[in-house]
Amino acid sequence: MSAKKYFSLIALITVLYVAFLFLTNASLDFYTITVLSNIYIFVILAVSYNLINGVTGQFSLEPNGFVAIGAYVTALLILTPGEKLDAFTLAKPLDFIAAIHIGNPYLVLVISGVVSSLVALTLAFPVFRVRGDYLAIVTLGFGLIIRFILINNPQISNGSSGISGIDDFANYIMVGVVALITVILVYNIVYSKFGRAMKAVRDDEDAALAMGVNTMKIKTLAFVSSAFFEGMAGGLLASSIGSISPDQFSFMLTFQLLVIIVLGGLGSISGSIIATFLVMGGMEILRVLDDRNFEFLGLHGVPGLRMVVFSVLLIVIMIFARRGLLGDKEIWELKK
Amino acid sequence: MIELKNVTMKFGGVVAINNLSFKVSLGETFGLIGPNGAGKTTVFNIITGHYKPTNGKVFFKNEDITGKSPDYIVKLGIARTFQNIRLFGSMSVLENVLIGFHNHMDYSFFEALFRFPKFFKEEERFKKEALLILKILGLEKKANYKATSLSYGEQRKVEIARALATSPSLLLLDEPAAGMNPKESDELANILDIIKKEFDLTILLIEHDMKFVQKVCNRVLVLDYGKTIFEGKPSDMLKDEKVIKAYLGDFDVES
Amino acid sequence: MEFFIQQLINAFSLGSMYALIAIGYTMVYGVLRLINFAHGDFMMVGAFLVYLFIALLNLNFFVAVGFSIVLTALIGVLSYKVAYKPLLDKDAPKISLLITAIGISFFLESLFNLLSNQLVGENTLAFMAPSFFSNRIEIGGVGFSVLNAIVPVLTLLILGGVLFILYKTKIGIAIRALAFDISTVKLMGIDSNKIIAFVFALGASLAAVGGILYAIAYPSISPYMGLMIGLKAFAAAVVGGIGSVTGAVIGGFILGIVEILIPGFFPSLGGYKDAFAFILLIFVLLFKPTGIMGIDFEKKRF
Repeated sequence: MSAKKYFSLIALITVLYVAFLFLTNASLDFYTITVLSNIYIFVILAVSYNLINGVTGQFSLEPNGFVAIGAYVTALLILTPGEKLDAFTLAKPLDFIAAIHIGNPYLVLVISGVVSSLVALTLAFPVFRVRGDYLAIVTLGFGLIIRFILINNPQISNGSSGISGIDDFANYIMVGVVALITVILVYNIVYSKFGRAMKAVRDDEDAALAMGVNTMKIKTLAFVSSAFFEGMAGGLLASSIGSISPDQFSFMLTFQLLVIIVLGGLGSISGSIIATFLVMGGMEILRVLDDRNFEFLGLHGVPGLRMVVFSVLLIVIMIFARRGLLGDKEIWELKK
Repeated sequence: MIELKNVTMKFGGVVAINNLSFKVSLGETFGLIGPNGAGKTTVFNIITGHYKPTNGKVFFKNEDITGKSPDYIVKLGIARTFQNIRLFGSMSVLENVLIGFHNHMDYSFFEALFRFPKFFKEEERFKKEALLILKILGLEKKANYKATSLSYGEQRKVEIARALATSPSLLLLDEPAAGMNPKESDELANILDIIKKEFDLTILLIEHDMKFVQKVCNRVLVLDYGKTIFEGKPSDMLKDEKVIKAYLGDFDVES
Repeated sequence: MEFFIQQLINAFSLGSMYALIAIGYTMVYGVLRLINFAHGDFMMVGAFLVYLFIALLNLNFFVAVGFSIVLTALIGVLSYKVAYKPLLDKDAPKISLLITAIGISFFLESLFNLLSNQLVGENTLAFMAPSFFSNRIEIGGVGFSVLNAIVPVLTLLILGGVLFILYKTKIGIAIRALAFDISTVKLMGIDSNKIIAFVFALGASLAAVGGILYAIAYPSISPYMGLMIGLKAFAAAVVGGIGSVTGAVIGGFILGIVEILIPGFFPSLGGYKDAFAFILLIFVLLFKPTGIMGIDFEKKRF
């Protein structure tokens, strides 16, 4: 579309959406606002995770690792030296860790994203050089290693006790706005020559190569971009929850995102957004399976049943409806 | 324009191509013929940089391109189509052609990310160019159709359009007339003629359809088990004894 | 010197457990080009089933082991039939298979987490093995447990058995043919389905054995243990050369040696033991992606 059309559309969406944010902020109760806030953060995560898995077709299990990095970078930057010395209960923090402080939350978020991207860049090199097959297992291992490093290095991270007392600059409005910006930026990537090249790599990597696309560069681009937004989202999570610990960033987080993007349709931005609402909302409802008693079934609150249902859901979707809700189309392309 | 010198390709113990040498001159349409398994697609894969030959060299416009990466070779000006059509299934006809323009579109990742004016300019410009190519091939009305929804013959044309978008000086066509009826292959022959003139091309093609070969090729080379058994004019090829022996019945000939 | 030999024996013991799991990984990859993430969880299933059979049904240890291996093999085949086969038949893209594999992996982990909590009351359990496994033997001043003596020998025997199957039996030849070129094999009227099912069964049962041995040696089991150990076994398979059974065993031993000897001689690095597998993996990918046995997939398998 033309520049004029594009910018008018963006302006319209932004105005309507921001109005929506302020309205809901003023009228909804605290609990709902908190849930929605969390959903917005997961939209950021889903839409960026979809970039590498769905649009570029490279199966990666990276989110929990980059989210963790982003969360910890944010926590360590935003807390003042004094606050940090209090927060570190297991060990004294390293000097430069204690000293470093950046007060501006936006800058902190961007730095969190950048740090994640840099880590992604170093990971991408050995992996994309060889077979993309290995991306999944390397990113799986990466997530485990990050947790491992966080737990075993209390002088950097306060080990398994984690860090608490993080400023809650990530209020509902801010999170909502960052989510909008992310969606727009990801859209901009996908609907450009880079996005087309990513889809080409997904559809037929050899043919893409034969058309002059540097497939390694494109895969790296997608991976690094995903990492950036995931790192940023990690920072938002750190701030909105207020405290972080290595256990929050386990494989379960990645698995949840995987279910979301598969349900929405691998490669569809709008699909990911819709699916995030469905799954996160659904999980709130499913929580009854864990918390309440099903006397008529003779079961008492079954912890862990939620996860079993989740995994069965993923398997069933993959076997019977692996294109998910929207396939690789956007909601405005459905008539095609 | 392009020259192979003593190229040998071994896969483990199998010798796919044995000491092959030939030259294609500027502006020619050169045919690579041979029974299935003779090594023709392997030759393509060597030229495009997908395989590195066990021995020998490939020269393109006097530059040694042996073993260089595929995207470098495309940038130099060699483009190809595939034996079994390999279009990008999730994208439209137009988007498939735009992939060919990938290296020509001159905007950076950040310019795309933040939608700078350059982005819109380049996208608009190359959309127009893509439609032009599609027009020459008679496909501009189907530009927004999903590429794989087109008929087989049309999909072949889309593949050619996509290859043309890379601005090649040498076009490699792998069995372009495969699966076409006589009317379609005649139309294809005309199109090849048009694009050759319009885009200043040299064409190297692999084919089985002898009538098509007679119609479009200036010269041919016949491969059997990776070795040359004939090189010369298409009309002479059909009379050559060695060729007839190698093929006994394999040809699609209407004499 | 004795210390070194002692550590070496421990290393081979641990390495064998990785090797047993790695064999299954590598065989499934060989025939399907699929990294079966759920494979690591089969080792957990093997260990848990033994525990549950003993704790709930009061079975004798070795009977429980027997049942566990058979049941795990069945679960392996089931996972293929229910999840992978439908996708393979539909010619689904690779990423769908990988996602499904993760789904199965997570399913097994959540399921055993649930079962464990429901049936026993918690999910981290103390594995009970017959005490004679921990009896110590002394030879020439070097002490080691009965288990550590048995495991490497058992593993080499099993490796011999697998190689025998692969190279001297009809089904083995079919497996190797499948690994080479699946479409041709199908055209020859061989039922690739049965063969793949066999590979899954074999791989899963070996993983179960590995898991049970691991649980005897390190008696704290949890439903999520398969994740980390599976990852290490996969690294071992890649180091040895993915697609090669012998490579899987070599890779397993190497990993065992690295994990035991390095902290043995540099105790300060002990905390990083778990990271070694990952580092090895990255190393191999950077410098020799085809691993030690260096199998190039255009040429040979296994």
